Amino acid sequence: MKKLSARRRHPLAALVVLLLALACTGGLYAVFAPADKAQADETAQSLTIEEGKKLYTVGCASCHGTGGQGTSDGPSLVGVGAAAVDFQVSTGRMPAATSQGAQIPRKKNIYSQAEIDQLAAYIASLGAGPAVPTEEQYGPEGADAAKGGELFRNNCAQCHNFTGKGGALTHGKYAPSLEGVAPKHIYEAMLTGPQNMPSFPDTTLSEQNKKDVIAYLNAVNGEETESPGGLSLGGLGPVSEGLFAWVFGLGALIAVAVWVAARTAKAKKS
Amino acid sequence: MSTTTTPESRARGKAPAGERVADWADGRLGIYSLAKANMRKIFPDHWSFMLGEICLYSFIIIILTGVYLTLFFHPSMNEVEYHGSYVPLQGQLMSEAYKSTLDISFDVRGGLLIRQIHHWAALIFVAGMFVHMMRVFFTGAFRKPREINWLFGFLLLVLGMFTGFTGYSLPDDLLSGTGIRFMEGAILSVPIVGTYISFFLFGGEFPGDDFVARFFSIHVLLLPGIMLGLVVAHLILVFYHKHTQFPGPGKTNKNVVGMPLLPVYMAKAGGFFFLVFGVLAAVAAIATVNPIWSIGPYRPDMVSTGAQPDWYMGFSEGLIRVMPGWEINFWGHTLVLGVFIPLLIFPLVLAAIAVYPFIESWVTGDKREHHILDRPRNAPTRTAFGVAWMTLYFVLLVGGGNDIWATHFHLSINAITWFVRIAFFVAPVVAFIVTKRICLGLQRRDKEKVLHGRESGIIKRLPHGEFIEVHEPLSQEQLYTLTAHEQPKPLELGPEVDENGVRRKVKAGEKLRAKLSKGFYGEESQIPKPTVEEYKEITSGHGHH
Repeated sequence: MKKLSARRRHPLAALVVLLLALACTGGLYAVFAPADKAQADETAQSLTIEEGKKLYTVGCASCHGTGGQGTSDGPSLVGVGAAAVDFQVSTGRMPAATSQGAQIPRKKNIYSQAEIDQLAAYIASLGAGPAVPTEEQYGPEGADAAKGGELFRNNCAQCHNFTGKGGALTHGKYAPSLEGVAPKHIYEAMLTGPQNMPSFPDTTLSEQNKKDVIAYLNAVNGEETESPGGLSLGGLGPVSEGLFAWVFGLGALIAVAVWVAARTAKAKKS
Repeated sequence: MSTTTTPESRARGKAPAGERVADWADGRLGIYSLAKANMRKIFPDHWSFMLGEICLYSFIIIILTGVYLTLFFHPSMNEVEYHGSYVPLQGQLMSEAYKSTLDISFDVRGGLLIRQIHHWAALIFVAGMFVHMMRVFFTGAFRKPREINWLFGFLLLVLGMFTGFTGYSLPDDLLSGTGIRFMEGAILSVPIVGTYISFFLFGGEFPGDDFVARFFSIHVLLLPGIMLGLVVAHLILVFYHKHTQFPGPGKTNKNVVGMPLLPVYMAKAGGFFFLVFGVLAAVAAIATVNPIWSIGPYRPDMVSTGAQPDWYMGFSEGLIRVMPGWEINFWGHTLVLGVFIPLLIFPLVLAAIAVYPFIESWVTGDKREHHILDRPRNAPTRTAFGVAWMTLYFVLLVGGGNDIWATHFHLSINAITWFVRIAFFVAPVVAFIVTKRICLGLQRRDKEKVLHGRESGIIKRLPHGEFIEVHEPLSQEQLYTLTAHEQPKPLELGPEVDENGVRRKVKAGEKLRAKLSKGFYGEESQIPKPTVEEYKEITSGHGHH
């Protein structure tokens, strides 16, 4: 300390103090500034949530309750997360008709993406849940379709069929066809387990695994999937093949037989 | 019967080359007498007589394409890693059988087309046999002397089903593996011996690594070998019995009206072979069958929804799918009735149609030869039985595809299952009654046509204002065709007491037989055909209009 106090009258002392002071304020600023920014974000976020709540009150509250607590007509939405909202609303399943059949079907989506995001933000604010995945998570980069196929056959095919053509469940419920479903929605479905589907959180099916499954579906049931053998007949297996064999195979052969039988040699007139 | 060359013919120079070849062959094979006896064999002409030909030709096509497939197929369950052309399976572990099937589909020239022809032809072959059998059934072509040939045909159908099933199992894909697992489950449900049979078949615990090689031998050697023999026997008997024909003027039980084998049927049948081949190839080029690449390799821990057998095994699938899952547990053993009962019904469904000819001939006591076919309406009980059987078969097919019905008709799979459970018992009875009524209605219509002629659609107004429809009388040929069938009387048991007034002992079997006979030929089962007197009375001008 003696050393320091001895130099307190040094011509550069004031500069050092100034620098120190600046460093302190700067440091303090650096510490607090993100907090300030977060504060600003929170304001935007709360605005989004506010908007989402308005949309929720109009479109969802009648079944899910005014605070998302759920009623006899709809389950509680506390903790379902933004991913569930994005999936249900983007695929048109929500809002559902008041008297749907055994299962809520996929239909035309009536919300814009911005509105869906607002709804999702509101529901996410009710309790922590899975967030909407980013394109990096479900995109094709670094995915292994073959591995995804193995995972799909092990976890998904028993309801959705070998290539995701869909299948029947009990009492009129069904596993829908995965044809034309956006990768993001497939990811969200795996994450949240909508309706009768079990959920596959990252602890069960890792992010990479989900990516692989999506890549597999894109390879075998996507827009660019080729069918090397000709018409795929719905990809449903032997039932549609049998029907085709009877109607078009045997049908054509019987038609040919009738044609051949009708064209017989004429007896010579004597 | 060889002919020796006489010095005269030698003097006139050498005979034409064709004649010399024929002569050479005849001297060694005796083909002259064989050809002489059969070349002019007469066959009647009708499209439904060509259904058997469809089966024969698809069978030949299956053999030809099958031989090509064996050149590239490896019937082995060794595990290999895939590095072929199909990207979504890269690096996957699979059996050599599955890999070689992928290679046939993607890397062998023409492999996929041949594979698809083989599979489509198999599906159509069995469908063709089914329709052929129904044609024979509904026209009564199984009656004496053709009962044995009926059984040969039936055996061909059953063997065709099992050959198809073993073939479907060979690629060792997830679908076929599920099918074999299904079969293993059925075997295991057999009390006491089930486990032993399963272990014997699979060389230990399922799936083991033997069954592909074993099924391969059964599929390419054992079953087709037996089938080929049966086909030959079937054809020899067709030649020996001569072909049946539909009733018509000039056609009797003692003749065959038609065209000779050579040249007419040689040309027609030969041409028809290529037409069948063409249609099968076109179907195979248009539509995918069993896309094993999208199904994936078999692993016992995996399964897919919509796993069905090929259509001809569909009714057995239906039996198991709709059967309630009953089981009995005693002393630590389980009797799985939910699987074992369907396993017992499976052969019964098939046997029901196979034994029908024998039951019919027993009931009716008809032991005469029949070469003239019945029109289905003139044998209402038989026709009704056939339709009832087909209804049962179809109901079971619905049960086998209940999940596809559920998704595509937006129905509850449980509702379909219950429908099938009830329809299994009810639908055949309803079909029987309805068909019989329709047949009787058609018989009445025939009678009406014979007596009053054909409705011409021309409305005439009579001078006193009445409107009548003009009926055109039928030609002599048409009249004959409509009235040529016999109408036997039902079996009579005879008087209950003999001449001394003692009660005669009638066996229960005889009583049943008389009752059934009444069902076949009683008043409720046939409309008496018009008699000559009736016809004369009406057409003589004294009768109605």
